[in-house]
Amino acid sequence: MDKTVNNRAWFMVLPVLVVMAFNAVIPLMTVVNYSVQESFAGNVFFFEGTKWFEQVLHSDRFHASLLRQLIFTGTILAIEIPLGVAIALAMPRKGPWVSVCLVLMALPLLIPWNVVGAIWNIFALPSFGLLGRAINGLGISYNFTRDVGAAWFTLILMDVWHWTSLVVLLAYAGLMAIPDAYYQAAKIDGASRWSVFRFIQLPKMRRVLTIAVLLRLMDSFMIYTEPFVLTGGGPGNATTLLSIDLVKIALGQFDLGPAAAMSLIYFLMVLAMSWVFYTVMTRDEARA
Amino acid sequence: MARIDLVNLAHSYGTRPRADGDYALKTIDLSFKAGGAYALLGPSGCGKTTLLNLMSGLLTPTQGSILFDGVDVTERTSEERNIAQVFQFPVVYDTMTVYDNLAFPLRNRGVSGEALDSRVRKIADMLGLTASLNQPARRLTADAKQKISLGRGLVRPSVSAMLFDEPLTVIDPQLKWQLRSQLKQLHRQVATTMIYVTHDQTEALTFADTVIVMFDGRIVQIGTPEELFERPNHTFVGYFIGSPGMNVLPAAVEGAVAVVAGHSIPLDRQYEKSSAKTEIGIRPEFVHLAESGQGVPVRIKRIDDVGRYKLARVTLGTLPLNVMVGEDAKLSGDTGSVQFDPRRLHVYRDGELVDGRV
Amino acid sequence: MTLELRNVTKRVESETHVAGVSLTLERGGLNVLLGATLSGKTTLLRLMAGLDVPTEGKILVDGHDVTGTPVRRRSVAMVYQQFINYPNFTVYENIASPLRVAGIAKAEIDRRVRESAALMRLDRYLDRKPLELSGGQQQRTALARAVVKRADLLLLDEPLANLDYKLREELREELPKLFAEIGAITVYATAEPSDALLLGGNTATLSKGKITQFGPTIEVYRRPSDRETAEVFSDPPMNFMAVHIAGGKAHLPGGAVLPARGPLAALADGDITLGFRANHLYLRQPGTDAIAVTAKVAIVEITGSESYVHTIFEGMRWVALAHGIHELSPGAPVELHLDPHRMFVFGHDGRLIAAPNFAAAA
Repeated sequence: MDKTVNNRAWFMVLPVLVVMAFNAVIPLMTVVNYSVQESFAGNVFFFEGTKWFEQVLHSDRFHASLLRQLIFTGTILAIEIPLGVAIALAMPRKGPWVSVCLVLMALPLLIPWNVVGAIWNIFALPSFGLLGRAINGLGISYNFTRDVGAAWFTLILMDVWHWTSLVVLLAYAGLMAIPDAYYQAAKIDGASRWSVFRFIQLPKMRRVLTIAVLLRLMDSFMIYTEPFVLTGGGPGNATTLLSIDLVKIALGQFDLGPAAAMSLIYFLMVLAMSWVFYTVMTRDEARA
Repeated sequence: MARIDLVNLAHSYGTRPRADGDYALKTIDLSFKAGGAYALLGPSGCGKTTLLNLMSGLLTPTQGSILFDGVDVTERTSEERNIAQVFQFPVVYDTMTVYDNLAFPLRNRGVSGEALDSRVRKIADMLGLTASLNQPARRLTADAKQKISLGRGLVRPSVSAMLFDEPLTVIDPQLKWQLRSQLKQLHRQVATTMIYVTHDQTEALTFADTVIVMFDGRIVQIGTPEELFERPNHTFVGYFIGSPGMNVLPAAVEGAVAVVAGHSIPLDRQYEKSSAKTEIGIRPEFVHLAESGQGVPVRIKRIDDVGRYKLARVTLGTLPLNVMVGEDAKLSGDTGSVQFDPRRLHVYRDGELVDGRV
Repeated sequence: MTLELRNVTKRVESETHVAGVSLTLERGGLNVLLGATLSGKTTLLRLMAGLDVPTEGKILVDGHDVTGTPVRRRSVAMVYQQFINYPNFTVYENIASPLRVAGIAKAEIDRRVRESAALMRLDRYLDRKPLELSGGQQQRTALARAVVKRADLLLLDEPLANLDYKLREELREELPKLFAEIGAITVYATAEPSDALLLGGNTATLSKGKITQFGPTIEVYRRPSDRETAEVFSDPPMNFMAVHIAGGKAHLPGGAVLPARGPLAALADGDITLGFRANHLYLRQPGTDAIAVTAKVAIVEITGSESYVHTIFEGMRWVALAHGIHELSPGAPVELHLDPHRMFVFGHDGRLIAAPNFAAAA
């Protein structure tokens, strides 16, 4: 739909632009500034060009945290999407239980993220956390502050608990949009449960699942709070994902140059993914 | 094809129906001959879709039983009853080609190879879909998609009945003609029991050999299109069938005369006097407009030119009356006379047709 | 008030939805926009309302250019095919909503709402919510809400399409009276020729985004300016036949010869197309100049008092509408009568050359 031209609208938008400029554009420019300079003891700067970018891109440390990040994102996507769809399929579509289920599903999403991290930190403590005690009670040695495997296990479990609900709610909305006639026709055609899922439900949910996948992809790539509160990036570097690493460099070591460069690289990666998001969505629409 | 019998069938959507009003379909007994073409005709909410869904197995009746060829199928699923249904909105599997769509019901039943291919191609040919067999189904127009839905029903070799739920709703008027006559031809070729639900009388009358008129969950009349047109046995049927419907005028009837708004109109049968609410009904096709003085005087309020014919909206006293006039007729002025064809005048008491003595 | 569309075109990506439409509508008229689905009816209505901006061309109200003016500033009311009402408002509140937005005094709102409701026969349902009403009543509510605004332009996009056949007939009868009372410029989009004929007024036939003809409805029906208009404005579809005129006769495919009388008289020798509606293809001899040809029956549809006989003649599909019940078997031969006095003559380019001479419209 075309919008009509209205010059007065610019006056309305001006205050917002000013605030945005102050909060987003200027800091971003500052980061860009830092990324191309070398700093010594605070206030002395030398222009270094692309030195930091090259350093970061070639650094093993960056590669390592990027790899960890990719494994993390890949794993949670592989679990959350199918699990979310399965739960959505199991949820009732009519009747009094619908609202109850929807509220239950929404609850994990309402908790502040650092609280999520804190909850799971305590929950998984081997000494007195319910989960920690239970697993250790089964005979499996479990301590997420010391074992890499346990740390990853807990991290992924926490993310799945926290974010699967989003996929469930999106998938459920997609399912509700399918008219009854399709199910009736499939029944009459003699389609099995699996055929109904494969030929009716999944294709009709495509749009919605695309959103779910890309949202989770972007969010998980930028994840910081929950893993930080849960493990602090440890044990050692085991769960140091991209954002955590970035903060360690910038604030911990106060190496502004590399940190700034890393931020920008990171920012561009997320931007590229958003662009993919946008293209895939609109290409789907054009075809539909 | 199967003979379908409905015995003492009724249905309520509520959990504990008590009064009549709770029932969407009130108790009916009905039989459909094997291979017949039937239409369930009635306004929204009359229960026709409920009846169709009970027959197809998508709903389980609150009361009564359904028999296919004498076998009680009330508890059986749609698949077990072996019926095919075409819905109002074309239902196609978007991810498949036209060919795969048509083959789907057969594949689900274990048919494959040469048998599958020849059957699919035969049905595609019958429906004029051969050219689009390899195209993705979602790209086709609405009427082509509806043909695919139809095809999926036809492709199964021994379907007990084909049920249509207002299938032409989304089709363009121009294409409706083609699809309608194709459905009728299909019935001749395939000879399956076909039951067609609609609120459009043209669709019902052109398709079916037997029309079942329904209203408020009950069956009002069953008959051939001709019978329903010539002898509506309820004023509702007279009103519902025909465009415009039958004229219904309150009258006092005794002997062979009906008195309407003070004017006497001759009838061709003798009727007893009665204190029930009496009305006479006559279709606009059988009321003739004549020069002033030669019949019952009326005021001409408006003349609608409908192309094929003209419709004169007149008033007899305060009573509205529709008169159908030929397309070439020249009408002028605002007064005229009408004559009623006595053979086509029906007498209704309390809405029900009464037969007079000759 | 006049609404004028001047050479309006609307393109969306690579598709042209409306192509070079020029139209002038006067106040107090009922204008029917007749065309098949996807012919551009809805797009044209949206352009008239100001919901869309044309790619080219101008829209003028009383001579003022309103092409860029958003719909909120124009005096427009619109009714849609899907009965659109606010589901959580009562009927009263639904009808009152545009007046409340306009900031009209409460007493005046009450008066106008009750007036509109009485007009649409909704006075007993003012306290109900739309979902508690039948389809016809919901659409009446939408109509009442459109009418109460007293807008200068009233647009209806196939408003009766989702209603039962009989309800559609009833509402269709009430609408002309309603529109006459309001006195706005009314534009009614539909795909059904019978809607246009029963509503009267003017009709614009739309085909592939172009307006092929605009004029008094019965005129467009009786004298379609070209073949496309004739096709759009016929229900059942019009029958066509290509013939060759020579020596005062029309030579039909298959060899039969039709005397060139009526509209066919005074035609130059050459190839033309004849068109005739279903009710002018006869099963019994209609007049002295008519000839008989033999066709094959495809199928017969009986509607109670009339029969639609689908036939095939020399490879062409024809439909004949005959009075009475004719039980003919598919495949059987049938004698069809063609009357030159009832035929439309179209040239190569599809334009109308001659039309039958009907009795003067009443």
